[in-house]
Amino acid sequence: MTKTVLTGVLGAAVLALGASTASAATLDDVKAKGFVQCGVSQGLPGFSNPDADGEWSGMDVDLCRGIAAAIFGDATAVKFTPLSAKERFTALQSGEVDVLSRNTTWTMSRDTQLGLNFAGVNYYDGQGFMIRTDMNINSALELSGASICTNTGTTTELNVADYFRANNMEYELVAFEKADEVVAAYDAGRCDVYTTDQSGLYAQRLKLTDPGAHKVLPEIISKEPLGPVVRQGDDQWFNIIKWVHNATLNAEELGVTMDNVEEMKESDNPAIRRLLGTEGEFGTDIGLDNDWAAKAIAAIGNYGEIFDRNVGPDTELAIGRGVNALWSQGGLQYAPPIR
Amino acid sequence: MIDRTNVTAPPENTGPATAFVRGEMLAEQPAPITESGPIGWIRTNLFPSVPQAILTLFCLYILYLIVPSIIRFLFVDAVWTGTDRTVCATEVQGGVRAPGWFGACWAYVGTYTNQFIYGRYPDEEQWRVNIAGFLFFGGLIPLLIPSVPFKRENLIFMVLIVPVATLILLTGGNFEVGGMILPLAILTAIALIAVFGFSKGAQSDPIPGLITTAAIFAGIFIVLGVLAVDFGLERVETEDWGGLLVTMVIAVTGIAASLPLGIALALGRRSDLPIVKFVSVVFIEFWRGVPLITVLFMSSVMLPLFLPEGVSFDKLLRALIGVALFSSAYMAEVVRGGLQALPKGQYEGAMALGLNWGQMTRMIILPQALKLVIPGIVNTFIGLFKDTTLVLIIGLFDFLGTIQSSYTDPTWSSPVQSMTGYSFAAIVYFIFCYAMSRYSMFMERQLDTSHRS
Amino acid sequence: MAVTDMGRGVADAPPKVALLNNPRVRGAIYQVLLAVVLVYLVYAGIGNMLGNMERAGISTGFGFLDNTAGFAISQSLIDYDQGVSTYGRVFVVGLLNTLIVAVIGIFFATIIGFLVGVARLSNNWIVNRLATAYVEFFRNIPLLLHIFIWYFGVLRLLPQARDSFDFGFLGLLNNRGYFAPKPIWGEGAMLILYALIAAIAIAWGISRWAHKRQMETGQIFPAFWTGLGLIIGLPLLAFLVMGAPLSWDIPVAGGFRPSGGMTVIPEFLALLVALTTYTAAFIAEIVRAGILGVSKGQSEAAHALGLRQGQNLRLVIIPQALRIIIPPLTSQYLNLTKNSSLAVAIAYPDLVSVFQGTTLNQTGLAPQIVAITMLTYLTISLLTSAFMNWYNNRVALVER
Repeated sequence: MTKTVLTGVLGAAVLALGASTASAATLDDVKAKGFVQCGVSQGLPGFSNPDADGEWSGMDVDLCRGIAAAIFGDATAVKFTPLSAKERFTALQSGEVDVLSRNTTWTMSRDTQLGLNFAGVNYYDGQGFMIRTDMNINSALELSGASICTNTGTTTELNVADYFRANNMEYELVAFEKADEVVAAYDAGRCDVYTTDQSGLYAQRLKLTDPGAHKVLPEIISKEPLGPVVRQGDDQWFNIIKWVHNATLNAEELGVTMDNVEEMKESDNPAIRRLLGTEGEFGTDIGLDNDWAAKAIAAIGNYGEIFDRNVGPDTELAIGRGVNALWSQGGLQYAPPIR
Repeated sequence: MIDRTNVTAPPENTGPATAFVRGEMLAEQPAPITESGPIGWIRTNLFPSVPQAILTLFCLYILYLIVPSIIRFLFVDAVWTGTDRTVCATEVQGGVRAPGWFGACWAYVGTYTNQFIYGRYPDEEQWRVNIAGFLFFGGLIPLLIPSVPFKRENLIFMVLIVPVATLILLTGGNFEVGGMILPLAILTAIALIAVFGFSKGAQSDPIPGLITTAAIFAGIFIVLGVLAVDFGLERVETEDWGGLLVTMVIAVTGIAASLPLGIALALGRRSDLPIVKFVSVVFIEFWRGVPLITVLFMSSVMLPLFLPEGVSFDKLLRALIGVALFSSAYMAEVVRGGLQALPKGQYEGAMALGLNWGQMTRMIILPQALKLVIPGIVNTFIGLFKDTTLVLIIGLFDFLGTIQSSYTDPTWSSPVQSMTGYSFAAIVYFIFCYAMSRYSMFMERQLDTSHRS
Repeated sequence: MAVTDMGRGVADAPPKVALLNNPRVRGAIYQVLLAVVLVYLVYAGIGNMLGNMERAGISTGFGFLDNTAGFAISQSLIDYDQGVSTYGRVFVVGLLNTLIVAVIGIFFATIIGFLVGVARLSNNWIVNRLATAYVEFFRNIPLLLHIFIWYFGVLRLLPQARDSFDFGFLGLLNNRGYFAPKPIWGEGAMLILYALIAAIAIAWGISRWAHKRQMETGQIFPAFWTGLGLIIGLPLLAFLVMGAPLSWDIPVAGGFRPSGGMTVIPEFLALLVALTTYTAAFIAEIVRAGILGVSKGQSEAAHALGLRQGQNLRLVIIPQALRIIIPPLTSQYLNLTKNSSLAVAIAYPDLVSVFQGTTLNQTGLAPQIVAITMLTYLTISLLTSAFMNWYNNRVALVER
């Protein structure tokens, strides 16, 4: 009984700003509270970034909206928690967020030691370097002796150490707690080089005083598969996240887009019919309606649309599909079939 | 000569022997020009001796180096209107200013003022913040002015009504409290039984104690009930709070929570009971011995681990807990200073009257001690107000954090942006802290005279 | 009402007091209750923590300190090799970085603080006003903002590496830091060190002897100047005798940053300047209060005894002012040390930054690392307080 009382008192104490409780069945919790709590970055254009009105946009954000749409049929039934690199895993472990969609690199130790599961890869990335164009440097191998700015608490810090050691080069590392501070210091000329995931470099370049005066070097020194993360031990929830992502890939492969999703429901192609729920009972198996994927795609579009809208060639980031193209077009994005 | 003899009055005194004696006072003359007026002032205050003159010239040189460039940056060369970065950048940087221009970009501060105050709090809901602020300052200011009457009513308003009203206004109210009714009811029962048993054991009348206890719990239930009411306000998550709002929330909550805790700790530290004293000393010395930033890291990273599985705290609340624990240790030392300053006779007098410890503390000691330490409390608050900036390191957006995060907006990014933002922050913090420190000195003088008379 | 009840109880039947009204019994009950609640809270907290850690797969224990760190640190006073050194070494590097910035900061803050504090009491109007403005400006703006202004504001104004400010022999200054000439000691340099140690020992001996002689005979021996001469002169003599075994490695501009010499990174400079100027404002107020706290009669009496102004200050005013100054000064020193943890905001690799920051991020072992960091600061604080208490007791007024 003391435990109950203590929890009650604790509850009274935290009532002020609201404590959330998470149980084993995340889906039930999410349905009960009526929205998905999604952990995102504190501001990375193209992936998760708030605008002046506080509206979030980006690839990671769209994945969360897709999840909300698949569950509730409403892409706005999602709340975003900005997390620093340091806080992100604790926040997920403690149940503060239901899913972490925060350009997080899938590594073995994170997958196996932290009690977390990676539900897929929504962006294949790699670590790169950005320097000033007027330095006349064309390869990362010419960077011996350079000062390098980066974020602390990420894999980038370790990768850059490995790379410089392997190539027998000297360097000075200046590691900041927050991405904004890294950009500010690099912009102020504290460092010659800014290193992080290449997508991040393109994104952060927009925040520099003169984006045109900086370029990204061609070398990629690491594999950085970025994807959504969930807690271990809730397979149903894990499956939902995994398959919302897979549905967007399958949709692109099958030519289903945000605009034509309704007419495609009448398609004769059995693969499309299974995807959109006109055939089979795939939704019920993961605790959702059968048209879960149709709702998600209607809200956020297929993977190609998500990519082009947020980071693609027509955006300010201007990143090409590269390895993120579908497998059928020579890329790495490959989703298991819905069957 | 003749003139003087003419004016000299009593004739009997006139004679050759005393002719040289002045018969009347000389009219008052102005002091020599070198000793009075601006020149005399300059002589005595700036150039009394050669080393002093050198020092004065040196200081003037320093002023000459600093002041004009600051004024140029803040006012003369500053840009007051504009819609984007071009007005605040030189031609080379893609703007309209002449090369070498270096001035503050107030236009950028102007467009961001709303965000600096409210953070990302929704525009259409900001009236709630305004009302909360109005309630708070409206209650605080009369409390701070010693001559305003109705202090007791004012205090009750500040302690009971303002916190609940502010909480509901800022978050939106309509809290889920159902789960708390049962544990709280059990707790009420336990408390009532304990009080009853204790009074029986002490052979005193249990009724007053029971009434007090019941009243306290009834109060808690009423507050819970009010919090559960749906006022139709839209819920605003603390993630959307920011700017000056967060700074004020952290500083005020921190000081409000640390005051009772600090008093308890200070009393505990002066207690005769060894365990109580030991616990208080360890608690106080621990929090005073570690930097606030490690405390904030602890509360943001470790607090979730201490809680039962499934319970998690809001991020702002976690920071608040850290700040409250930290500042309560400092508050305890301030209060202890007040307790120690009371003459021993006060304690002895109270005991001679037959008051027990609780009555003595409540009616004799604390009212005097707390009055003595008002300046100390204000100083602690100034320190806390400045220390709230540290929460930006754990990713909350307080006033400084909001300013810093606005630097990433490409619309306004220019080389002068960060200097402008920091200057603005410095001015705002300075105004707040300077005003508070003046108030603290004013109270010190007030209390000083009342003590001597 | 309760008052009268109690009064009557005491007056009527002193021996028949109920057990619960015995203050000692009450005290014991309160203490037992407090102890039970605390033990339960600690037990529940730790139990939760261990449970959560196990569930989250966070390992317990301190074995991680022996693991290889694998990241670089921009300033290290001891050998640190990113590929080989362990997390334990990272801790030491961070601790030393904290201590060096704290010690240098305390040194300069004390000097500036005393100067400004004395200046605030000056009769010279402009000196007085300037000192007041300094104190008010630095005291009323958050330290973190000072650090940001120095780092992000002033750093932007420094030139790029290739157009550094060149101070010739004194080195180079640019936005990569201050590149100072590095002394290279030749053969026989150890003798200079020995000479210095010997000089200090002799100077100490002389001052003891001079003090004793003054106590006995009243004759004054200029021990301070003799000692100073010895401490400067003896090593200088050794230096010349050994044929000046010192050369300087002067930094040369070029490449990404100047080569050669010693590098003082800009993070260190910004943090040091901010900490020093901020703390100096508080020290100035303490010094001012201390000097004002010595009653005027003291210096009048000293003048009456025929002491000159300098002697009056040195022998009468300052020793008494120090008694008032030292306790609050101690807490300012501690504040400065603790405030150096704000380094984390500008990437100066202090203890919090490299250990509670980077190491925590890389290992995810929050409980152990937070505990180690907090205990380290606590130890520093307690040691400093202990030392200052000891010193304070030495200078304290010996009352009859």
